[in-house]
Amino acid sequence: MKSVGKPLVRIDGRAKVTGEARYSYEVQVPGAAYAVLVTSGVARGRLVEIDTSAAEREPGVLAIITPRNAIRLPGKLHGEPPDRVVQALQDDRILFSNQPVAVAVADTLERATHAALLVRVRAEAEPPSIRVQDALDRAFPHDIVAGGRKQEPDSAHGDAARGMREADARIEQAYEVPPETHSPMEPHATIALWNAPDRVTLYDSSQWVFAVRNKIANAFAIPKENVHVMTKFVGGAFGCKGSPWSHVIIAALAAKQVGRPVKLVLTRQQMFGMVGGRPQTVQAVALGAKKDGQLAALRHESTSATSRFDVFVEAAALQARHIYACPNIETKHRVVRLDIGTPTFMRAPGESSGSFALESAMDELAHALALDPLALRLKNYAEIDPSEGKPFSSKSLRQCYTEGARRFGWDKRPAKPRSQTREGLLLGMGMATASYPANFSPASAVARMLPDGSAQVESGTIDLGTGTYTVMAQVAADALGLPYEKVRFDLGDSEMPEAPISAGSMTAASVGSAVLLTCGALREKLVQLAVADPASPLHGARTEEVRVEEGRLAAQGRSDTYADVVRRAGEKPIEVRSKAAPGEERKKYTNLAFGAQFAEVLVDPDLGSVRVSRMVGVFAPGRVLNARTARSQLMGGMVWGIGMALLEHSVYDEKLGRIMSRDLADYHVPGNADVGVVEPYFIEEQDEHVNPAGVKGVGELGLCGAAAAIANAVFNATGRRIRTLPITPDKLL
Amino acid sequence: MRQIAYQRAGSVDEAVQAAAQPEAAFLAGGTSLVDLMKLEVLNPARVVDVTRLDLSRIEPRADGIRLGATATNSAVAAHPEVKRRFPALSQALLSGASPQLRNVATVAGNLMQRTRCAYYRDLATRCNKRSPGAGCDAIEGWTRMHAILGGSEQCIALHPSDMCVALAALEATIHVRGQRGERDIPFGDFHLLPGDHPEREFALEPGELVTWVFVPATAAAARSRYVKVRDRISYAFALASCATALEVANGRIRVARMALGGVGTKPWRSLEAERMLVGATPRAETFRRAADVALRDARPRRDNAFKVELAKRTMIRALTLSAEGA
Ligand SMILES: Cc1cc2nc3c(=O)[nH]c(=O)nc-3n(C[C@H](O)[C@H](O)[C@H](O)COP(=O)(O)OP(=O)(O)OC[C@H]3O[C@@H](n4cnc5c(N)ncnc54)[C@H](O)[C@@H]3O)c2cc1C
Repeated sequence: MKSVGKPLVRIDGRAKVTGEARYSYEVQVPGAAYAVLVTSGVARGRLVEIDTSAAEREPGVLAIITPRNAIRLPGKLHGEPPDRVVQALQDDRILFSNQPVAVAVADTLERATHAALLVRVRAEAEPPSIRVQDALDRAFPHDIVAGGRKQEPDSAHGDAARGMREADARIEQAYEVPPETHSPMEPHATIALWNAPDRVTLYDSSQWVFAVRNKIANAFAIPKENVHVMTKFVGGAFGCKGSPWSHVIIAALAAKQVGRPVKLVLTRQQMFGMVGGRPQTVQAVALGAKKDGQLAALRHESTSATSRFDVFVEAAALQARHIYACPNIETKHRVVRLDIGTPTFMRAPGESSGSFALESAMDELAHALALDPLALRLKNYAEIDPSEGKPFSSKSLRQCYTEGARRFGWDKRPAKPRSQTREGLLLGMGMATASYPANFSPASAVARMLPDGSAQVESGTIDLGTGTYTVMAQVAADALGLPYEKVRFDLGDSEMPEAPISAGSMTAASVGSAVLLTCGALREKLVQLAVADPASPLHGARTEEVRVEEGRLAAQGRSDTYADVVRRAGEKPIEVRSKAAPGEERKKYTNLAFGAQFAEVLVDPDLGSVRVSRMVGVFAPGRVLNARTARSQLMGGMVWGIGMALLEHSVYDEKLGRIMSRDLADYHVPGNADVGVVEPYFIEEQDEHVNPAGVKGVGELGLCGAAAAIANAVFNATGRRIRTLPITPDKLL
Repeated sequence: MRQIAYQRAGSVDEAVQAAAQPEAAFLAGGTSLVDLMKLEVLNPARVVDVTRLDLSRIEPRADGIRLGATATNSAVAAHPEVKRRFPALSQALLSGASPQLRNVATVAGNLMQRTRCAYYRDLATRCNKRSPGAGCDAIEGWTRMHAILGGSEQCIALHPSDMCVALAALEATIHVRGQRGERDIPFGDFHLLPGDHPEREFALEPGELVTWVFVPATAAAARSRYVKVRDRISYAFALASCATALEVANGRIRVARMALGGVGTKPWRSLEAERMLVGATPRAETFRRAADVALRDARPRRDNAFKVELAKRTMIRALTLSAEGA
């Protein structure tokens, strides 16, 4: 009985809906004090004075910690990306609005909240700069860190300028994606508890406990082994919990300073600026093509915003290097420094924002050539990676296109824009290609067979709400030959074997591979024990002949069980630790997941409101570990695409340099009414090259191309090409 | 810590008396008040809970309907007589907030909900409404969700309510009770323009309690319509909205009432536009002319110029629907 692939419900689902699951801030810590941040209203300047007297007089207040009295951190505050430069009350510079400038610590949350309000901050303010457009002349190239690898900001293959000159049709346009904020339901939260002057435990809402461990160890100059970090449940993250931000250090600092455990949670408003967001990108795309649609040149240049003190590059033009067969491809990434908090990876960083530009441009090209947009993509179908000349580890995009077009009814698309209506609304259809790197990073796991014949498997990875607990148990069950119910998978603890950041859609691939190999090794070990043990019915059998099913080891008509093997070996759990890491084999291929997005929209011709009535996405993500959780991830990505296309925007006040759409009433994400029919489908692939688990990851793929498909449908419906997201009614009047 | 006294009023008299004390505020559903208290924008020293008062009845009468101050937005929206005789009111309510909010939000609370101006809600910015004389960061800031009608140099905060737009068009009256007795306030006089005192928002004396709202029944009201345009399909404030009520006889408009939302510092009625409509034939050109008049004095800011045209089209749509229903 195979478990992998089955649409099992999430093992933690019940605990979550009943409230039994404890999220980081909910962990009960005796004697805990509460910390509330005071953040800057100024975006750029210097603290002149912080008057804490009124706050300090309040009953229950333990400390008001400011740069003046905060303990000096003995170690290093930042490391290699994706670690970020943070502000932990160590100096008086103000680098962005909402930067922490003080923290109030009191015996209750209410008292700390009130004390924080009483802290009077006086700052010297300088005018901030917060728009990419205003700083283009200071743009500079910078290496990209994506999927755990460094990549060059620029690429050139062939001669794009010549390709453009020789083209019959040209599209040269600028596209813009505004700054966005992740806005997970669960706010960032940290509990810090010093067990000894050099030993600390943290419960943190994090995508990577090891990053938190390392950052704390470095900042406080204590050994890594002395930092214990746990994250059992995460209520959404999408990238903004991938790097430990200022508040994590501040929580630990405050706990040290007041000599009590400290709980710190950000308010919704504090999550706008301090914990990253998708940076604004201004992108230029140039496409040149022959009459028949054959691409002669593809140029994609992206300029994205970063902070004054750190660099994050939105890798918007990376995908242009790999997805269309074109002899002349040029890509460039530039960043500009602005007075904003450092942006970070936000679901499908680069691929989502970049695909909006590139796939909109492809639609524009199709229109210019009077070609069907899908036919244009097929015309330029890349059988091998056009830039690197390598084969793809696997690629089923053609099937995705065909299957998607059939399921969606692409043949009913009106070729002429603004030519079809439904109940008085303009109807339009659009499509786009989706692609996302099939990332794979080193990961490790431990697997134990217990005397009762059940297995315990652990890896220090995270379940972001995506189903890690569930799918890893499925992988382990099959690898061990156990029923799913007999496996317990645990995660979210820095004392477990090390796992990569749960981001970049690589948890299933990386940790899945580690679990697969580790459990395979455990199975192997148990089989060997059995055949070597004179007391086993399998004594003397060859290990290759032994089959394991449902915990029963069988060969030559004889059988043994895991439980008996462990018992006979001394009743102690039998343990194997192992890991998976990308090898040389993988480097021979370009490892990407692909998909095809189709969207139908209805637009009010007078009032400009857009409704996405239907989306069909067909994705080829390698092996599907759990049909339900994978589908949910893809669906969530597609729904996110609706938000990206129509709603999401962190709006800055340009004078104050402050995000003003700073709650969920002003920062719009889709509600149920915004989501019509959303249908994700898979084309499963057998991919032996991508990683041992054969998995490409689905967390981000569903968002890639989604905004472009919607924008293209809006064009088809209205004849209006909107190149700046989000597509709000005012843009269609 | 700041202490907040909580008092549950057992009677209307007790409520009025309790609220006459300094820094008191009535507490109904709390969806506007408590929200702003958490943001430390409103800081009453005493809250007087009115939700247990016997003021939640919805009473249809021959000449109209009386909506109790504490009737919930959901209850009013779903009331068959409201749906039949005042469809715009039901539509407006249902287009606002979310089911969860509407289940606790009340008639009086909705009347007096505060602006959603992001600057008003953010202590790090300057706001004349929040602290008189402090200045306004909104006027030269992010103005996409700000008023283009009825603003002053001190304040351009948008009036946010949908229900109020319908009630303005339906010419409701607001019945209040204070220490000096009872009185009726015509709907149009209830919300104040910001002028030099944006902190004064309502024509209420300190401690005055809204007890009910009366909506007169007319032939036009029975064919009233509400149209709302917003960024998100539900759970978003209006970019522009319009309530209209028309009575058409022999191909001519006999009675016309309209009010705009999402554009004014208060629910925005244009008597001039209404007058233009009367006697005219209900056609697109008529509606367009009336809409031009209604928005003539619009004063857009950097981010909200689109509202002028959007409001006109919204008004035309609502008038068209009302005329079709007539
Ligand atoms: C996220 C969100 C989205 C929303 N979206 C919309 C929307 O799209 N459209 C819309 O119209 N509204 C919207 N609202 C606002 C909502 O309609 C109001 O918050 C609600 O109607 C207020 O009613 P309440 O009973 O909760 O008032 P409360 O918060 O209890 O009170 C509001 C004010 O009224 C005063 N008050 C209450 N009762 C009386 C009385 N009897 N006499 C005198 N004064 C009284 C209070 O003192 C207070 O000043 C939204 C609110 C939220 C939080």
